[in-house]
Amino acid sequence: MYEKTLTQLAAALKSGEFSSRELTAHYLQRIEQADGKLNSFISVTAEQALKQAEVADNARAAGNAGPLAGIPLALKDIFCTQGVKTSCGSKMLDNFIAPYNATVVEKLNAAGTISLGKTNMDEFAMGSSNENSYYGPVKNPWDLTAVPGGSSGGSAAAVAAGLVPAAMGTDTGGSIRQPAAFCGITGLKPTYGRVSRFGIIAYASSLDQAGPMARSAEDCAHLLGVIAGHDGRDSTSVARGVPDYVEGLNAPLSGLKIGLPKEYFGDGLDPDVEKAVREAVKVYESLGATVREVSLPHTHYAIPAYYVIAPAEASSNLSRYDGVRFGHRCDNPSDLIDLYTRSRAEGFGEEVKRRILIGTHTLSEGFFDAYYTKAQQVRRLIRQDFLDAFEDVDVLMGPASPTPAFDLGAKKDPVSMYLQDIYTIAVNLAGIPGISVPAGLAGGRPVGLQILGTHFAEAQLLNVAHQFQQATDWHLQRPAFAEEYA
Amino acid sequence: MQWETVIGLEVHVQLATRSKIFSGASTAFGAEPNTQACAVDLGLPGVLPVLNEQAVAMAVQFGLAVHADIAEVSVFDRKNYFYPDLPKGYQTSQMYHPIVGPGDVEITLEDGSTKRIRIHHAHLEEDAGKSLHEDFHGMTGIDLNRAGTPLLEIVSEPDMRSAKEAAAYLKAIHSIVTYLGISDGNMAEGSMRCDVNVSVRPKGQEAFGTRAEIKNVNSFRFVERAIAFEVERQIELIEDGGSVVQETRLFDPDRDETRSMRTKEEANDYRYFPCPDLLPVVLDQAYLDHLRGQLPELPADKRERFQNELGLSAYDANVISASRDMAEFFEAVHSECGDAKQAANWVQGELSGALNRENLSIANSPISARQLGELISRVLDDTINGKAAKEVFQALWNGQGESADEVIDAKGLKQVTDTGAIEAMIDQVIADSPAQVAQYCDSEPEKRGKMIGYFVGQVMKASRGTANPQQVNGLLKEKLDALL
Repeated sequence: MYEKTLTQLAAALKSGEFSSRELTAHYLQRIEQADGKLNSFISVTAEQALKQAEVADNARAAGNAGPLAGIPLALKDIFCTQGVKTSCGSKMLDNFIAPYNATVVEKLNAAGTISLGKTNMDEFAMGSSNENSYYGPVKNPWDLTAVPGGSSGGSAAAVAAGLVPAAMGTDTGGSIRQPAAFCGITGLKPTYGRVSRFGIIAYASSLDQAGPMARSAEDCAHLLGVIAGHDGRDSTSVARGVPDYVEGLNAPLSGLKIGLPKEYFGDGLDPDVEKAVREAVKVYESLGATVREVSLPHTHYAIPAYYVIAPAEASSNLSRYDGVRFGHRCDNPSDLIDLYTRSRAEGFGEEVKRRILIGTHTLSEGFFDAYYTKAQQVRRLIRQDFLDAFEDVDVLMGPASPTPAFDLGAKKDPVSMYLQDIYTIAVNLAGIPGISVPAGLAGGRPVGLQILGTHFAEAQLLNVAHQFQQATDWHLQRPAFAEEYA
Repeated sequence: MQWETVIGLEVHVQLATRSKIFSGASTAFGAEPNTQACAVDLGLPGVLPVLNEQAVAMAVQFGLAVHADIAEVSVFDRKNYFYPDLPKGYQTSQMYHPIVGPGDVEITLEDGSTKRIRIHHAHLEEDAGKSLHEDFHGMTGIDLNRAGTPLLEIVSEPDMRSAKEAAAYLKAIHSIVTYLGISDGNMAEGSMRCDVNVSVRPKGQEAFGTRAEIKNVNSFRFVERAIAFEVERQIELIEDGGSVVQETRLFDPDRDETRSMRTKEEANDYRYFPCPDLLPVVLDQAYLDHLRGQLPELPADKRERFQNELGLSAYDANVISASRDMAEFFEAVHSECGDAKQAANWVQGELSGALNRENLSIANSPISARQLGELISRVLDDTINGKAAKEVFQALWNGQGESADEVIDAKGLKQVTDTGAIEAMIDQVIADSPAQVAQYCDSEPEKRGKMIGYFVGQVMKASRGTANPQQVNGLLKEKLDALL
């Protein structure tokens, strides 16, 4: 069963080939067998999953099952799930059982999908390798010595290994697209405001966005249709109709204008990655698309601007973890200051502390204008770069990451880790959608092609990605690891 | 040296919305601790704020009432600091782009003179919870019921020059917000709280002195006392060769003094930045016009009308218009009896006295405006005299009767205006008081006017208070003078 895509599984459930209970038990068994080596889950909610599956099967028997009813999924451990530990990959929230569901979770529940559990992640979504988790690093199923990418590394690895057909991730600077690329799956970061952030533990509020991670663009189209839409509980979610993302998948691409940002093919790009991406572009040409070079002149300011804005917001968002009401609290605090400092010193990991310090500094009196205000100005320029480019072309294409998955422990210096996100980060600053699709292998590790569109162009991105997946089979390739388990 | 006091006020007004500014939890006062705090108020991971439109409307109404510019675009910022009763580690406020821009308020001083106090701006923000330091044996309890209650912080310019002006300003703000119905204005429950900025400077000097900010001044009376203390402290300090340091001080009403809380060096760096979870508030002209159309008549307009159209004194007009409830009660009394001066006298005199004695608000007055108006009518049409009127008032207050007429009938208080009956009583009194009559006749004419009071008293007594005093007076004079 695990070799099927979500779309195929939905069809099989519908035709009665197997029940949701059987399917769910199958994946739970795979998790039990394989995840000891991957560490992709923080919590597995087997009992609850089987109960949900039964409900879905009953609904199907009664003729009330929606298209995704009974499909098992996993949720990055950043989505609040009622009655289930929601740790955000942090010791700080190791004891936190969310008393409510995120909107995304509510919508998935309403669609009848099954949650198998909560996936591993970089602590508070801060990282590009999943090595910053309190629960230990996740391994890349393509090569257990490689990282799966981050921060949604657990979701990416679990899908790639066939432990779950699809998973939910979040993307603040590339956290869906980069791990999707590293693990050879398809990951979509929607337009900022397309999916409600309510119940998603905030890292950087103006950049965070949830999206699906699955085997194919078609799978992502099904899932985005469920989770997208305006939410009265998130003021930044946009009141705009949700199109039928599946319906548009088969539109022909003849006449599609593709732009290749020259800044995305410069120094630091691995030649094998570049080769795979250029091959992919050729496939598009064969499908009738035209290709031209474009420029996004402010690209090199994206990482500095991001590392001002995101930590600034994070420093404030993470102030609520103070040991007073929930989360980690130090033993025997001698006074209030001791309670604060020890609870936070013990509860947060190194990278989180680093970003809190950066953000606290850049917001402080005397530095605010030089850092925060300037970074916001840069952000507008970056956004404008994309809008200008989309005047001339329909979509932009390039690598999702400058290299394939690197080895665990390879990047000790935080700045070299930050540079991993060079092609993904500007997308969050601009608020536009992006998708990463498997486009080959480099040294046995997957390469991701990133496709970008203008605001709310998800249907177009999914169409463009799907057509590529009709013409190639990179997305169907699996790591040998996945085949080791029945 | 002659010193001049310079005062500016920051008034925090709790807005009377049903739910909180960013969540659906109730704002009702006095519930069990932490029963009115939802996930958003607790700052749980993942929650997001959603702005309460009613709070925006109330802020705009206040802005319109003080002739302020309303910002087309206002923005919420985060004010970051750690405190146990501040669940998110930041307070959502408006630092850079407040909703209400510059405006002004007219205050009336005790001598009836008026002064314009400028308002710098007013902004929306959320209240924090409460720390409870008693009952927890070395620990602090946190009650988050108040967390997220909407506040409008009204910041004045440093335009006040005395404690009396500051108190008058605070009263003016109080009456505007209660008129608008945007706050209950209950200072005892913390619905209105006040921080006072005070400095002194030599008279004639242009530059401001260094100011101290006094926190927690939560009654009209405390404002005056805190300023009086602080001004004296600053002047003494300077005259002794010292200088005032910029600091935050706390007013202690029990000891009637202010104490240093923290100096400027110890002040927090709040790291304000725009809240990324909330969109800018964009208001269009149609919305403002709609709210403008709903504004009630405001205290200043009422005061002017009471003075110019109803002929009340400046003092009466000011006192009565200060409270919307009192003003409306007065207007109802007036429309019943038709005499504004009498209505004002009764509302401010007999009624206010009785309400104060029993610690009742005018909204809870046991005697209705209609009853009081009718009572006044009976005085005006000479059905009863003033003394009887007080008796009727008391009876109505105590619920002994539905209307003034009913009480008058039941108690037989109808004024005796029958000349024959009054003359008979006068004759009897003259006959019973030969000594006083003789004295009257022997007195100088100018002293007789005074002496007649004795006879009036006797006649009124004989009539059990129901005789018309003017009539008694006139007839007595005739009869006594006939004996000369």
